[in-house]
Amino acid sequence: MTEKENKKFRINFGPQHPAAHGVLRLILDLDGEVVERVEPHIGLLHRGTEKLIESKTYLQALPYFDRLDYVAPMNQEHAFAIATEQLLNISVPIRAQHIRVLFSEIGRILNHMINVPAQAMDVGALTPTLWGWEEREKLMTFYERACGSRLHAAYFRTGGVHQDIDESLINDIYEFCDPFLKVVDDLESLLTENRIFKQRNVDIGVVTKKDVLDWGLTGVMARGSGYNWDLRKTQPYESYDEYDFKIPVGKNGDNYDRYLIRVEECRQSVLIMKQSIEKLKPGPIITEDRKVAPPKRAEMKVSMEALIHHFKLYTEGYDVGPGEVYASIEAPKGEFGVYLIADGTNKPYRCKIRAPGFAHLQALDYLTRGHLLPDLSAVLGSLDLVFGEVDR
Amino acid sequence: MKKFKMPDTLSQEINNFELLNSFIIKRDIFDKNLIIRVDQSNIINVFKILKDEEVFAFTQLTDLCGVDLPHEEIRFQVVYNLLSMSNNSRITVKAFTDNSNSVPSIKKIYPAADWYEREAFDLYGINFSGHDDLRRLLTDYGFEGHPLRKDFPLTGNVEVRYDSDQERVIYEKVDLKQEYRDFDFESAWKGFKYPENQNDREENTDD
Repeated sequence: MTEKENKKFRINFGPQHPAAHGVLRLILDLDGEVVERVEPHIGLLHRGTEKLIESKTYLQALPYFDRLDYVAPMNQEHAFAIATEQLLNISVPIRAQHIRVLFSEIGRILNHMINVPAQAMDVGALTPTLWGWEEREKLMTFYERACGSRLHAAYFRTGGVHQDIDESLINDIYEFCDPFLKVVDDLESLLTENRIFKQRNVDIGVVTKKDVLDWGLTGVMARGSGYNWDLRKTQPYESYDEYDFKIPVGKNGDNYDRYLIRVEECRQSVLIMKQSIEKLKPGPIITEDRKVAPPKRAEMKVSMEALIHHFKLYTEGYDVGPGEVYASIEAPKGEFGVYLIADGTNKPYRCKIRAPGFAHLQALDYLTRGHLLPDLSAVLGSLDLVFGEVDR
Repeated sequence: MKKFKMPDTLSQEINNFELLNSFIIKRDIFDKNLIIRVDQSNIINVFKILKDEEVFAFTQLTDLCGVDLPHEEIRFQVVYNLLSMSNNSRITVKAFTDNSNSVPSIKKIYPAADWYEREAFDLYGINFSGHDDLRRLLTDYGFEGHPLRKDFPLTGNVEVRYDSDQERVIYEKVDLKQEYRDFDFESAWKGFKYPENQNDREENTDD
């Protein structure tokens, strides 16, 4: 056997590995330190979400969406809420729309505050993680004050949001905004011009424009390669067309560009949050259609009809359809879509969840061929994976 | 940036494109969605036109999934969701298949279809001809059955636990202490249907 042949080997990476971002198992074919082939084995976190949703009413199905991409839960609920609203043909009150935008952007920051530091940690920097998590903690407190839960929100209901948010919470969110921009600046001062961070990320995991189309990459993965494509701008949902914000677009499509875009998106999200707080005017927060949304508790004490509506909604639920829609939103990770087939009963007939991470992970093999083994974890970090949504 | 192309406009453009129009069996418009049904034998041609022609330019495969309709004559649907970034439009394509037939794989046209087709094979048992690596994707190693089929039980067939005697993880048949409760809302809420002659009798007693 020659020396060259001797260097080829196959190793197992994960499913429990700090750089795997969850339960990812990779079978790696290496030639020395050069990656020749990557075969991801996914499904270790498969919980059959789609099957479970088919057996639940629309309201009961909603919390499953929090458990997909659990670092930005409300964004997922948003897609499901929009899909059912399209099928029922109901509109969302203005205040609820702005609350949804506000919390979607909080979700985006939640996501980027875990991904940017995680990408840095994958290449050896620990401090950003501590700073990022601190900000996440503050934002999750806002989640908790709005809906009573830090992670599993179940807040974006069909027709609006579940509860109104009070003035003190709105003020606290507003006060969070400007100091947070300072934290983003601090974070950047640690990483953007950092020699080691640049050496590990610039020109690594380059995604060309063609790759974006071939592999169905969306979100930051597409914008990093120069596509000016953000569903909030191109196919505006909710009231995003009333907001003034910019879409950061990269040039080189490498890890470093994607990192820069995520940091800039945090700033833009703060801008949107501030605008939405200014737009928040008192008003209803959920549709007045009592066949879809429950009445207020006080109303139930005096109105028999309200009591019946409440009882029917929380036992039988509401009937949707028949019809089929594909609704998508710009989740922090990319295009998150829900393809829903309704057959006119109170349960979805089929609910397909289109998770951005699934498409991104699929491209991993293609993106890392010929890279060194340490680059693999850097690329993995910049793909922004959460296995809740990849495995469903 | 182009505005989102509404389905009526897209439908009109398909009408103008005779070759593609001839492949379409049925089309529906629902809200912002245009859904076209095509025969499975024409799948490759349809996607080549949708991808390569400038007017459509559906260059990205957003999603691919299976649907199980056990009471229909042809059991499975394969649903493709396509996106065109340059034209800012979306389209849904549907094909039909059953246990004994297969759908041509579109992996060569859209590389992203690879995992999506594996997923549909895994969860529904739909066969994709021409796919060179059709293995299970999401389910456990050595899993049996296709879990998203409507006749597959929600509770599954096997459960996994650690056995301290054998000192390893073992698979057992699912044993539920309480049956999964599936309420039939249809009958419970629509009320009881009284036979007609019973009504007659009540009327008689009123007299």
